[in-house]
Amino acid sequence: MSPALAAWRGLLRPGDYGIALLGLVLCVYSALHLWRGGAPDGAVIRAGGKVFAQVDLSRARTVDVPGPLGLTRIEIEPGRARVASDPGPRQYCVRQGWLSRAGAVAICAPNEVSLALTGRGADYDSLNY
Amino acid sequence: MTPSTIELVPTAEDRRIARHAAAAIALTVAEAAIPLPLPGVKPGLANIVTLVVLARWGWREAVWVALLRVLAGSLLLGQFLAPGFFLSLSGSVASLLALGLAMHLPRRWFGPVSQSIVAAFAHIGAQLLVARLWLVPHDGVFYLTPVFAAAAVVFGTANGLIAARLLKELGGGKTAPVAQEP
Repeated sequence: MSPALAAWRGLLRPGDYGIALLGLVLCVYSALHLWRGGAPDGAVIRAGGKVFAQVDLSRARTVDVPGPLGLTRIEIEPGRARVASDPGPRQYCVRQGWLSRAGAVAICAPNEVSLALTGRGADYDSLNY
Repeated sequence: MTPSTIELVPTAEDRRIARHAAAAIALTVAEAAIPLPLPGVKPGLANIVTLVVLARWGWREAVWVALLRVLAGSLLLGQFLAPGFFLSLSGSVASLLALGLAMHLPRRWFGPVSQSIVAAFAHIGAQLLVARLWLVPHDGVFYLTPVFAAAAVVFGTANGLIAARLLKELGGGKTAPVAQEP
């Protein structure tokens, strides 16, 4: 280290490092907390290619969507949504489980129902598992 | 003309406060010329003076210098009673209160750098609060908190280091300033 730098460093006391570190931790924490990209703010439910319902994810509820095979039940909870039951033969959309990121989509193709999460700053067009 | 019966005699303390406030105001005006990417993110060089005054002359004088600086600085920049003035004032008041507490931290462990960072965080905290309650009544204001926090750490450390250096050159303590060549 050059003598000039060492002179500056000599002005720091042990606790100063701690305070600076605390500040950085606060900075990183707030960034992680406030810049959570991809948190969804709503869900779009489509049936037969048309928008059936647009719901926000603020409170829990269930939505029953009619399709050619019967009713698809969609369950909404704060911050996430899933297809709870579907009359389709392979149950892909049900087994996808809870969707919690903006852009995530569950498609029940046989019953022509889809559930998509919307949100500001979605990371991806869609996610699959 | 009848001679005025009231005569205001400035004390040595008054002169000292005026001198320090003048230095702080000069830094405020100089800083206003620096182009900055974001409104609200600025080095706050005038706080170096506040830190030095706090260490050498105590909290009361630091309050005088800081508030005079906010007032006169805003008058010079045409910001007096504009939103920026109130943000500046709230930030200054909060950081002065924080400094009042931080100056009692053990000297051995915490120096001007700690005080500077603590004050910087108090500054942005109060400004964000005032901005949220009054200027932009929406939680979107807090979206930039990490940027402000990073600026508080960086500029707080830099200002604190400069203040510590000045204090070292000046000899610290409640003594008359001694000019020294580095």
